[in-house]
Amino acid sequence: MTELSDAFVAAFRLVVSLDPALGEIVLRSLQVSLTAVAAASLVALPLGAALALLRFPGRGALTVLVNAMMGLPPVVVGLVVYLLLSRSGPLGVLGLLFTPAAMIVAQTVLILPIVASLARESSEGLWSEYREQLASFGVGPGRAIGTVLWDGRHALATAVLAGFGRASAEVGAVMIVGGNIDHVTRVMTTAIALETSKGDLALALGLGVVLIVISISVNAAIYGLGRSRRREGA
Amino acid sequence: MPAPSILPLTVSSLRFEAGGRRLIDDVGFTLDAGRRSVILGPNGAGKSLTLRICHGLLRPTAGTVRWQGGADVRARQAMVFQRPVMLRRTAWANLSYALSVRGVPRRERAGRIAEALRRAGLLDIARTPARLLSVGEQQRLALARAWLLEPEVLFLDEPTASLDPSATRAVEAIIQAIHAAGAKIVLTTQDMGQARRLGDEVLFLYGGRLLEHAPAERFFETPATPQARAFINGELYEDWN
Repeated sequence: MTELSDAFVAAFRLVVSLDPALGEIVLRSLQVSLTAVAAASLVALPLGAALALLRFPGRGALTVLVNAMMGLPPVVVGLVVYLLLSRSGPLGVLGLLFTPAAMIVAQTVLILPIVASLARESSEGLWSEYREQLASFGVGPGRAIGTVLWDGRHALATAVLAGFGRASAEVGAVMIVGGNIDHVTRVMTTAIALETSKGDLALALGLGVVLIVISISVNAAIYGLGRSRRREGA
Repeated sequence: MPAPSILPLTVSSLRFEAGGRRLIDDVGFTLDAGRRSVILGPNGAGKSLTLRICHGLLRPTAGTVRWQGGADVRARQAMVFQRPVMLRRTAWANLSYALSVRGVPRRERAGRIAEALRRAGLLDIARTPARLLSVGEQQRLALARAWLLEPEVLFLDEPTASLDPSATRAVEAIIQAIHAAGAKIVLTTQDMGQARRLGDEVLFLYGGRLLEHAPAERFFETPATPQARAFINGELYEDWN
């Protein structure tokens, strides 16, 4: 029992003293996950809106595929990205394996379907309401996609935050493609896994606290967005 | 020199089917410039469908919709729906959007938007998110937005069906003003009073067929069909065939 409470005290000290080792890991985690979220959103938002607005052959199949990919197990994504990036893999020449870039790729693949699917849902709701009016204005498909994305911005911000939450909490994929190399590819989740197995509970708990704080902040932001959205009547 | 008018609009042998049911059957008419045309009829008569087909939102199963003028006829029409469609933006931004779609440069927009809001009596709510306005204000904003596009023809699909009398009065006043400014009005309604107030001519639709097309006065004084007679007298007409 004392061991546990000692660990808590030590963890707390690490967090409030802004321990450099802990800070480095937290910063790298944020860097990787934020970049992945940005990259995924860049593709997923227009993709989701296009799935909602456009009628093209294969649309149904693509929608099912995107929805199915929402539940991708992170380790499987890690494995596939590993195979693609490994020396003998098709993208091996890039030399990305065991770099933060590889982790960004894995997390992007992981959250792209989530953001795309949520974006499709939001866009579908708006589109059923807007379709005739925009057609009456003479708005083309490209502009229509831009319009539903902009008018759905609150819901989409929630989707992006959900993607960030998933990326920052995920361990399996970044462990496989990043390798958890100290000072290179070690992030919060992989560090927690490692320190726990080593018995260094203080650092693991300290990182755990930071992760939970981030998670709470993300959810608070989602909640706040929902409120401001209702205030604007969206 | 103004572009030649897109009117008259000639609709012939119009048919529309959905789900195996014939919703519009052999409807044909010509709408000339100037007169306010009211498409009148009970629920399910095909009024909204006819309006949407004329505006090009729906493709008819058979028949033709022909505008007199040639190119870009859509840009010279506007439509206001029963339930106003408000973008999730301020009232001002809703109007600005419509202008930007029509390619009006930003610096020319402000003056036109302010004028449109003033005409609809909405200047003081310019910065309010449009979705927070009352339904009546939203419908006036939708009219202001349509007017802003300076359409030659304005289609209105039961624009006051969900409004109370005072909001209805405000909306009808704007419709009259748009008409006075030179736009052709084509309006659907099942409200007899509104048809009398706003109609120069009446197209009476019933069960997907055009039963009468007559000057308003003649239609209301001497309706030619039993269905129209029953509708005008507020009776429930029973179809026996």
